[in-house]
Amino acid sequence: MTDQPETQATISAEIAQLENTRTESGHPLRDYPPYRSSVLRHPTHKLVRVDPEEVERTSPAFGHTDVNVLESDLTIQHSGEPLGERITVFGKVLDGDGRPVRHQLVEVWQANAAGRYVHKRDQHPAPLDPNFTGVGRVITGDDGSYRLTTIKPGPYPWRNHLNAWRPAHIHFSLFGTEFTQRLITQMYFPGDPLFALDPIYQSVTDPAARARLISEYVHEESTPEFSLAYRWNIVLTGSKSTWMESEHDHD
Amino acid sequence: MTEFLQTPSQTIGPFFGFALPYEGGPELVPGHNPLAIRLHGTVFDGAGAPIPDALVEIWQADERGILPEAQGSLARDRYTFTGFGRDATTLAGDYNFTTVKPGPVDGKAPYVLVTVFARGLTHHLFTRAYFDDEPDLNAADSLLASIPSDRRATLVAVTDAEGSYRFDVHLQGDGETVFLDFS
Repeated sequence: MTDQPETQATISAEIAQLENTRTESGHPLRDYPPYRSSVLRHPTHKLVRVDPEEVERTSPAFGHTDVNVLESDLTIQHSGEPLGERITVFGKVLDGDGRPVRHQLVEVWQANAAGRYVHKRDQHPAPLDPNFTGVGRVITGDDGSYRLTTIKPGPYPWRNHLNAWRPAHIHFSLFGTEFTQRLITQMYFPGDPLFALDPIYQSVTDPAARARLISEYVHEESTPEFSLAYRWNIVLTGSKSTWMESEHDHD
Repeated sequence: MTEFLQTPSQTIGPFFGFALPYEGGPELVPGHNPLAIRLHGTVFDGAGAPIPDALVEIWQADERGILPEAQGSLARDRYTFTGFGRDATTLAGDYNFTTVKPGPVDGKAPYVLVTVFARGLTHHLFTRAYFDDEPDLNAADSLLASIPSDRRATLVAVTDAEGSYRFDVHLQGDGETVFLDFS
């Protein structure tokens, strides 16, 4: 055993070894050693496949009694304007048939422009911004759409290995029409040079699936002299049995 | 035809504590509700250490076995049962819900759907908390029957006091919880 922190070269070699490991559904490997915290936190038994019952085929209802419309703007929660690059993040939440997930809860959280979280365990010596908390919520519209105003988060260091940095990202928490669609994930920004180095992003070993985590810059949606716009659509497929039933409904 | 492909999961990470937990999240009903039960436990890693940065969510039927359709889980009115709860584990790895014991749905053994998120866990895990005081319905349950007997107990919450059930979650190792794949 050694106390020397491991190098990026060690982690990158492990990432390369697991690249293209086949998974159903495109989800990340739970057993993904390059992400060191996963080692003791993944089950070693195969998950037990079971048909969802009514409990799993339903989902809690959220609505405007739960979420104030102002919560979708992360830049107006304090007395002043937060520092950083103001952005609009928008898109649709869809099911595996491409149907909108209507009137459902989207929660987001993120670091500030300097890469610092408002969390007591975040010790990164970057400044907190008194005008930015980094928490937002929105209820999707009739067409499954959501729209957030925020600032672009900064990348930040972490202790997976020496000189480990997370690519800039926004955490998303999503509910579908059934609990089997529940998803927590992260949205990234196009062209980030840290993608190849990051074991969390790379824990999705299917390159095509990984690419679905990256938002797209959309110039037409940018607001002149106000903010740049990024589109990110989210697909929650849930259980196949429900999907099959819904396909028959369309026949 | 356009294919709509699943957006992959990513870990909840370590810094959700200022964002996802909310006031009233673990109290699906007030403690003084005559039907209130405690559903609680500890989340452990593969070394048997408690996990202090996990998030546990529950979703369940009400005491009659009906799945709620009411809004209001995030801003509870203290009367409406919405069926959803969320709690972040403490430094000791513990979570604690005040809820009601669900009634049987379609006459089947009642259970609470439990979802676990944690730093280090790249994709959440689902499991079910059945109840140890329902031996007849549990014996007739097809999922419980399909699990080898040495692992079956990991799906059953154990009465540890009057109106209190303990449901520990082991992500790995000795007594690893049976996790479920609904896909």
